[in-house]
Amino acid sequence: MTSRGTTMAEALNTALRHALRDDPAVHVMGEDVGTLGGVFRITDGLAAEFGDARCADTPLAESGILGTAVGMAMYGLRPVVEMQFDAFAYPAFEQLVSHVAKMRNRTRGRLPLPLTIRVPYGGGIGGVEHHSDSSEGYYLHTPGLHVVTPATVGDAYGLLRRAIASDDPVVFLEPKRRYWTKEDWSPDGPAAPVPPIGRAVLRRPGTDAVLITYGPSLPVCLEAADAAREEGLDVGVLDLRSLVPFDDETVCAAVRATGRAVVVHEASGFGGAGAEIAARVGERCFHHLEAPVRRVTGLDVPYPAPLLERHHLPGVDRVLDAVRDLQWPSATRARHGGEPYAVGA
Amino acid sequence: MTLQQTTERAAAEPRTPGRDPAPLLPDRRPARVLGTPAADAVDPALLRELHRHLVVGRRFNEQATALTRQGRLAVYPSSRGQEACQVAAALALRPRDWLFPTYRDTLAVVARGVDPVETLTLLRGDWHTGYDPVEHRVAPLCTPLATHLPHAVGLAHAARLSGDDLVALALTGDGGTSEGDFHEALTFAGVTRAPVVFLVQNNGYAISVPLAKQTAAPTLAHKGVGYGVPGVQVDGNDVVAVHGVLSAAVERARSGGGPTLVEALTYRLDAHTNADDAARYRSDDEVERWRAEDPVTRLETHLRAAGLLDEETGRQALAAAETMAADLRRRVAEEPAVDPMELFAHVYATPTAQLGEQRARLAAELRAEAGSR
Ligand SMILES: Cc1ncc(C[n+]2csc(CCOP(=O)(O)OP(=O)(O)O)c2C)c(N)n1
Ligand SMILES: [Mg+2]
Repeated sequence: MTSRGTTMAEALNTALRHALRDDPAVHVMGEDVGTLGGVFRITDGLAAEFGDARCADTPLAESGILGTAVGMAMYGLRPVVEMQFDAFAYPAFEQLVSHVAKMRNRTRGRLPLPLTIRVPYGGGIGGVEHHSDSSEGYYLHTPGLHVVTPATVGDAYGLLRRAIASDDPVVFLEPKRRYWTKEDWSPDGPAAPVPPIGRAVLRRPGTDAVLITYGPSLPVCLEAADAAREEGLDVGVLDLRSLVPFDDETVCAAVRATGRAVVVHEASGFGGAGAEIAARVGERCFHHLEAPVRRVTGLDVPYPAPLLERHHLPGVDRVLDAVRDLQWPSATRARHGGEPYAVGA
Repeated sequence: MTLQQTTERAAAEPRTPGRDPAPLLPDRRPARVLGTPAADAVDPALLRELHRHLVVGRRFNEQATALTRQGRLAVYPSSRGQEACQVAAALALRPRDWLFPTYRDTLAVVARGVDPVETLTLLRGDWHTGYDPVEHRVAPLCTPLATHLPHAVGLAHAARLSGDDLVALALTGDGGTSEGDFHEALTFAGVTRAPVVFLVQNNGYAISVPLAKQTAAPTLAHKGVGYGVPGVQVDGNDVVAVHGVLSAAVERARSGGGPTLVEALTYRLDAHTNADDAARYRSDDEVERWRAEDPVTRLETHLRAAGLLDEETGRQALAAAETMAADLRRRVAEEPAVDPMELFAHVYATPTAQLGEQRARLAAELRAEAGSR
């Protein structure tokens, strides 16, 4: 991390600014997004630059916000809705599930809804209750939605541009604890090409095992991979970037190359994205697997109070434990000085 | 007022000044035209047009209900008794305006000019929406109550932002006015001053639940006041009054006057749907009292008294109704053609790889099925 550089919040702001600049159909709307620039300042300066019709403060009613955006999209605009926090997007759930996800289908493709729903999500910020939910499971279980979540500054810009340009509705989950991390990135830089939605990326190659993750858990996995290296294990890290569409191809290639995989996410494990990923990998890569796919996830408890959240969130140690549990052959154990790794789950 | 002006005003006045609610309040008595001197001033051509639509509409309701008995429609929520609202809603709009109907409002959709068979696709079971919403400017029939009302606001707001003078008319029932989205839609309409009109067809019941258990509001039209939206009550079985009130509200919206909430007092003579048993929650006496207020009869009584309903006009209306009904019977009798592969066609602009796999699997199943036949 460089001290100078761009934060994810700034990259998202730039993406919105460029989208507003490039396409008059784009309209940003939500609670406090105008004068204030959003509680996370992601829309900072947009109302001043583009006017309060293009970046509009709305009444405080999430279903009304999303429902109104649906109507605007029906007219031909390209709304970008901000939900203030993960747990405050729930009032809009019916609009999302019954209309946003289904409108194209109900109308045989005649009424697609090009609309982006930005949701700051996840924990680790010491937020009081209802400010730290990982709500991706609700969305990815709903056919008709794309579910995208960036983990890096460059992806935040690139994927948001792709989401806004998409003719399908995209739930764009922003890992809020990554908002203020800086990277050496500029929209005009050489690393700027915008990744298409639906492609996972190998953030770090590794020959012994692969950590499959997304959004806020990427740094945890990278750190765990570094630590594993010290133990003599070469662990790769795969950033999904998009849960829907799901990149089976890249995931399976990474698993086949290593034979061992751990899925890491903050959301509770039961019925979560990790369960789907582990099942898919099992169905597709069974004969390449040296061990069952392990999951390291949040506990199956309501999101804890700030002083307890570190016990809930998957940390480096838990990820390392799971890696050690991947039924390594005794030769590998020997490489680690004969340390007795536990076998099985 | 533009959004810019709204913001400037809000900055100058951090709290809303108490605004006089009087202009927003509905009149003490619902608007009526039929049976009043005002009826004599109405254009006879309009009266005849409304009449023809009512006669065809009544026949449409009866024919659709009959089709459920023959198993040709899975279900039909009839608007028999509410035809005045249905017809007036369609006729109050210009071609470029948008209509946002519910499951109850197939007749309004047909009266707007959508093919009856395409309108009934949802209830026939071959797909959800059968007509092209963009071509006809009719949103899909909405079943989750009141959830389409914010869509109407958004579409109208978007049009206004784009300098387009279209209006959106959204329909709901009395029960729908208890849903959160009704209130959120009115909130947004009030704040944005979107050119939208809400028509509540108050038929007294939400399935079995009477209005007294639904709300303690003085009238449903009063519900607009809290949102800065004027409320109007109208006799919903007086097609001329409903048409007049809606047309005025639509044109007010078009000229920048903002949204209106219209409550039409009406009654559904049929059960909630063909699958419902209305005898469990309402008396025959009550139904008889409303039968005496039948919207078709009421217009015909006026037309006869005014010498506007000669035998030929009446015959022509009935003939149009029979032609529609015969066409509907014939076309609905044909088994609808469904294509299982279409299941995958409209989920995303480009099907995902996973949908591609599922599509291939279903195609293989269908080939196996065809081979074993
Ligand atoms: C959100 C939601 N809840 C429940 C239902 C089931 N439901 C369908 S129609 C209906 C009654 C609606 O009454 P009202 O709004 O008065 O319209 P009407 O049927 O009388 O035209 C109910 C409860 C639904 N469609 N949507
Ligand atoms: Mg009702």
